[in-house]
Amino acid sequence: MPAPGVVLLITVVAIVLVLVYYLVSTIVALRQITAGLDEAIGSVVEIIEKSAPVEEIVTAINRDLDAGVDLLEGLLVKKAGMRDAVGLVEGLYPGAAAAGFRNFPESKTTKAPRISEVYTKGTLTLARLGREAPIAAASPAGGAVLRDVTRGSLMARALYPEARQTRPERLERSPIIGTDAPVQYEPSESPGVRGAPGTNAAIAEQERNDTEGEPGADASSV
Amino acid sequence: MTVWWIGDIVLLVVVVPVVIYLLNGVLSEARGIVPSVNRIAAAAAAGSKDLDAAPLLLTTGDQVKQTVEGVAGYGGSLDVILDDAEKE
Repeated sequence: MPAPGVVLLITVVAIVLVLVYYLVSTIVALRQITAGLDEAIGSVVEIIEKSAPVEEIVTAINRDLDAGVDLLEGLLVKKAGMRDAVGLVEGLYPGAAAAGFRNFPESKTTKAPRISEVYTKGTLTLARLGREAPIAAASPAGGAVLRDVTRGSLMARALYPEARQTRPERLERSPIIGTDAPVQYEPSESPGVRGAPGTNAAIAEQERNDTEGEPGADASSV
Repeated sequence: MTVWWIGDIVLLVVVVPVVIYLLNGVLSEARGIVPSVNRIAAAAAAGSKDLDAAPLLLTTGDQVKQTVEGVAGYGGSLDVILDDAEKE
């Protein structure tokens, strides 16, 4: 075989080897791509299956919440009137009156009164209960105050007139204590045993006061 | 004989480099796709895992319904015990 033929043969064999190497490597890479796409497709199918009922459930939740909002707005407007209802909302959430109520377009043009100057804190608390009951945990007042005896208020009673004014207009002031107090009380030797005049504890305390400073007092105790 | 030598030189100088260049380009691009596909698969798997909590929406929906029913009950009671606002 002539020399050019040998060189040609070697060159062709080398080209075939190069082709085999690159094509096999490409096939391996494509197989990895196929496996990755299969995994991705499986996950995407799971996403589609899991998210299928979400729209229906969220729609039902929104429908229920809309019904609740409609109920509360309607009740507030029915019981307080449009003007006071807008004022209550404005008093609880400053600036919220501009948005108005959803089912009452005229509420956007209703001028909100300065409700906090008209109603007491108790009334606003009642209004807050109705407005924020579903999310009372996030209430600025620190949660629902319904039936909470420590934070309930009876001040709303002062709004309503009564035939006989039984409640005082001004309660008694708290007693002044300290060294500058107008009434000074002597400290008792037996704290908490201050009895009424004539009782055994008062008599015993009187006798102790009488015997103090007498010569025989110390002797009798010895 | 000279023509054979010219053919060998052309084969070695032109054809072999072109073949190697093309095959190398195809292989590098195929290998470049593999990490992207793996990231897509990982992201899809993570998204699917995030949606494992989606069935809890059923419980949320039931609780919202019960809450609104409770609010409706309170509203009905308030509607009974409170007087309506006076008509202006």
